[in-house]
Amino acid sequence: MTHSAEQPQTQTPNRVLATCLLAGRIMIEGGSEMYRVEDTMRRIAFNAGQPQTLVFTTPTGIFASIENQPYIQERPISKRSIDMEKVSRVNQLSRSFAAREINLDELYTALLQLDQNTPFFPISWQVISAAIVSLTLMILFAQKYNWFDMPLAAAVGALGFWVNIKVNALTNIRFISELLGALVVGLTAWIGVKVGLGHDLDDIIIGAIMPLVPGVAITNSIRDMLAGHLLSGMARGTEAILSACAIGVGIAIIFRFF
Amino acid sequence: MPWFLALFIQLSFSYLATVAFAVIINVPRKALNLAGWAGMMGWLAYWLLMEAGVGRMLANLTGAFVIGVCGIFFARYKKMPVIIFNIPGFVPLVPGAVAYQAVRAIVMGQLDSALQYVSRVVMIAGAIAVGFMLAQLLSELLYKQAVLKPKK
Repeated sequence: MTHSAEQPQTQTPNRVLATCLLAGRIMIEGGSEMYRVEDTMRRIAFNAGQPQTLVFTTPTGIFASIENQPYIQERPISKRSIDMEKVSRVNQLSRSFAAREINLDELYTALLQLDQNTPFFPISWQVISAAIVSLTLMILFAQKYNWFDMPLAAAVGALGFWVNIKVNALTNIRFISELLGALVVGLTAWIGVKVGLGHDLDDIIIGAIMPLVPGVAITNSIRDMLAGHLLSGMARGTEAILSACAIGVGIAIIFRFF
Repeated sequence: MPWFLALFIQLSFSYLATVAFAVIINVPRKALNLAGWAGMMGWLAYWLLMEAGVGRMLANLTGAFVIGVCGIFFARYKKMPVIIFNIPGFVPLVPGAVAYQAVRAIVMGQLDSALQYVSRVVMIAGAIAVGFMLAQLLSELLYKQAVLKPKK
């Protein structure tokens, strides 16, 4: 391509819209707030020489069009998770595009690469982190310093999170992996307490399910709604409630049968 | 337990919890430390207010406000999106324990206390969201949002 970065007006509208939508899709899949997605998409279109771009974003699909012209494109979004590295990298790419360090084609290729392979922390790191989250949050939430239960909480939390990751790789329905993760947490915590490795079953379970719990998603959905993105807030809230129910059912089975 | 030991444990544990959760959601490595600081400051505000007996709602609101303000400054310093620092920072505040108690009460058939817990979850989540909105309002007052205008 011969487009130089100094002449943004030469970009074809469809190419601009495709780049916008790719950036938006990656950001929503990474768990960005809606206003940031819309802002980034508008900025990319603007810096590519299309100031009249309209965007409409929901967590399940995004649209972009150019005002008063026959150009409109749409992308469905089927998977949503939390991956801050993606949000951060799209942000950096958008910044360097605005600073004219890269042109539209380079931006598009960079986004495609980002979509294919974003570095993630190795699974061993994540499982160790889940253990740390479990034992520290058990102390913080219970507000009592029962050191005796800490090793069990860490082990149970790490195991539950590991099961969640492994099942998540097998199925597309994320609620199943959360349910099985919570089930493993409940079962191993109960066995641990029975064997005598821990005292307080409630505290241990509270700590150990924290790596799975969608507390952040609940807060985010309320934030989206307060910011005026009612549709996104409802969709994300529903997703969070379904996750909470899946985890609740997983734990509930333990309480019902033992 | 002497107060300084309790304070040390609260601070170090909230820092560790935030950083560890940041690893789970794949926060970029160079932002991990500051995300931990945001979470620690928010928890410090929450814990001090709870110890002072101010009440759950105001403590959560203030904690979320502190995290939001920290996030705004860190985001400007590192040139990264605000949520990278906020989402892990909220983790110690998020009403996970109460949500668990609510589910447990529902399962055990204690609907009265379940209703109590559920409404507490909603109120805490609302308080956190409002605290965060206040922080955002502050940032909008401090820094005018850059307006899109054509570059010559």
